[in-house]
Amino acid sequence: MSERTDLLLSIADDELVLGWRNSEWTGIAPFLEEDVAFSSIAQNEIGHARALYELAAAELGTTADELAFDRSPAEYRCAPLVQLRKLEWARTIARHWLYETADEIRLAALRASDDPEIAGIAAKMDREEAYHRMHAEMWVERLLSSDEGRARLNEAVDELWPYALGVLDDGLRPELRSRVERRLGRALPDVEPVSRDVHEAELAELLEEMTMVRRSAPAGARW
Amino acid sequence: MIFEVFRQERKGQPFQHAGSVAAPDERFAEIYAREQYGRRQESIALWLVPRSAVHEIAEFPDEFEMKYRRVDGYSIKARLREARERAGTLEMAPGGES
Amino acid sequence: MDTRTQEFLEYVQSGGQVETTDWMPDEYRARLIKFIEMHGNSELMGVLPERDWILRAPTLQRKLALTAKIQDEVGHAQLIYRVVEDLGKPRSACLDDLVSGKAKFHNVFHYPTRTWGDVGVIAWLVDAAAIVSQKALLKCSYAPYARIMKKICWEESFHILHGRDVILALVTGTDEQFELVQEALDRWWEPLMHFHGNPIPADEDPMYVWRIKSQGNEAARQEFLDGYVPQIRELGLTIPDPALRKDEETGVWRFTEPDWEKLRAVVTGHGPASEERLAFRRLSREDVAWVEQVVLAEAA
Repeated sequence: MSERTDLLLSIADDELVLGWRNSEWTGIAPFLEEDVAFSSIAQNEIGHARALYELAAAELGTTADELAFDRSPAEYRCAPLVQLRKLEWARTIARHWLYETADEIRLAALRASDDPEIAGIAAKMDREEAYHRMHAEMWVERLLSSDEGRARLNEAVDELWPYALGVLDDGLRPELRSRVERRLGRALPDVEPVSRDVHEAELAELLEEMTMVRRSAPAGARW
Repeated sequence: MIFEVFRQERKGQPFQHAGSVAAPDERFAEIYAREQYGRRQESIALWLVPRSAVHEIAEFPDEFEMKYRRVDGYSIKARLREARERAGTLEMAPGGES
Repeated sequence: MDTRTQEFLEYVQSGGQVETTDWMPDEYRARLIKFIEMHGNSELMGVLPERDWILRAPTLQRKLALTAKIQDEVGHAQLIYRVVEDLGKPRSACLDDLVSGKAKFHNVFHYPTRTWGDVGVIAWLVDAAAIVSQKALLKCSYAPYARIMKKICWEESFHILHGRDVILALVTGTDEQFELVQEALDRWWEPLMHFHGNPIPADEDPMYVWRIKSQGNEAARQEFLDGYVPQIRELGLTIPDPALRKDEETGVWRFTEPDWEKLRAVVTGHGPASEERLAFRRLSREDVAWVEQVVLAEAA
């Protein structure tokens, strides 16, 4: 597999799995307005995953759906940050904000790519991610402005910090650290990043559920 | 806070009342209204107005039927017929005898 | 009935519409709240039979379309509870009454969703039945409700398309996929026949008398059957009611009389999935209660 395909698949898997995790909130978000907003974010992420899988599929001679659904768990390249099941609002917001912050840094690097397809898709994604960042920032500000919210957010960030670092390659991590520390107004510990080679048990469970309908008919069946 | 939301469907069209949205503040309201009233590209612009800023006027008394300010205040038809009869142009009028 | 109420009744019966700030009889307000609240509850509870299947949708396209459908339903609940709120009952009170089992929600959301076939049948036929009811609310005498119904009906039309597309893919797939649809239809037919309620004459239905809805129950069911029985049958599916046929002379659909006692039991919380759904809603509401407190504390 080329380095390019590997890159496309790792971002696509991030977006697919995070979109999947975020859609676990559909129907049960803290309030109805938030439910609708968060659902759009989940849809955008799945949409980005699809666009990225399509680019990779053209190179591999397969389809976006086959890449999304039909690989073995070990083949997924998503960061452990998105694999974790965090159906608790402070952790969900912390992950959302950490991911969007990391993603902004990653997309900025990709927009400067020599590969016009990659630069183009990164620019398109970034235009939608701008709303995700606005949404994440709105929540971070809101949580930081009360004692309870701040305590919950800080605890969640501490828990997720090694995972957040794992979203980015070595070279981009210092930028993530400086942005997150600046926003929270405190230093974060030096920790070993949880890299993409790690597959959390929760990923296998997610893939099991994600593919259960698809596996119920022979390969190639129409859905 | 409750915000009244007005939306414009296409360039050049008037903003029309779309409904309302509840949000903790203007920032949340922006995100939530965008989703509720624009996620299917059905709006090109939204106005958000805090409900408390809406000043409603709903009484328009017209006790003495000042009809001259309305179209139904003019009975053109009968007079026009009379004028045409006098001028002998009744048959030339659009719709003939009508 | 006092003169003012009598005049109000005549006004709405002759097609007149009422705004939030207008005077209205207490009975009218109470009936509006109860009816509209139940509609909001139904949209919200209607999310639960389908949300698990977002996670299991078999292609990216289906996952996106199903997420969008459920998002619409939450959005509808939001719009509808806003209308109730402006009539005097806060959303939090509606949710309290919903999770405590005091307020009702629609019969179809008391049933489990067993297979992907159910997902198709719900999106196509349950939403089709819902659109018949909701179209009859476009002329509701309470104008703010009638206005949001335009947006709601518009969005429901996407759901029917999505549902029909899911069904068409399955009935043109393997024999097992076809069977998935037939089996789901077999289970959903009874709830669908219950959907529009018992055949109480329109003039005895207070919701019609006050022109909250513009159509009686049986008329709605007939409209549904007229529109959808041919569409179901042309796919080679069998409707599990041997007595179902259209009387060619009168144009009226005949069918086995549904068990109305069962409908009453289901909507009063004794359906196969009622308790589980309410428990889930209670639990998820408790889990996020702190968020509302934090957000509202700041806003106050």
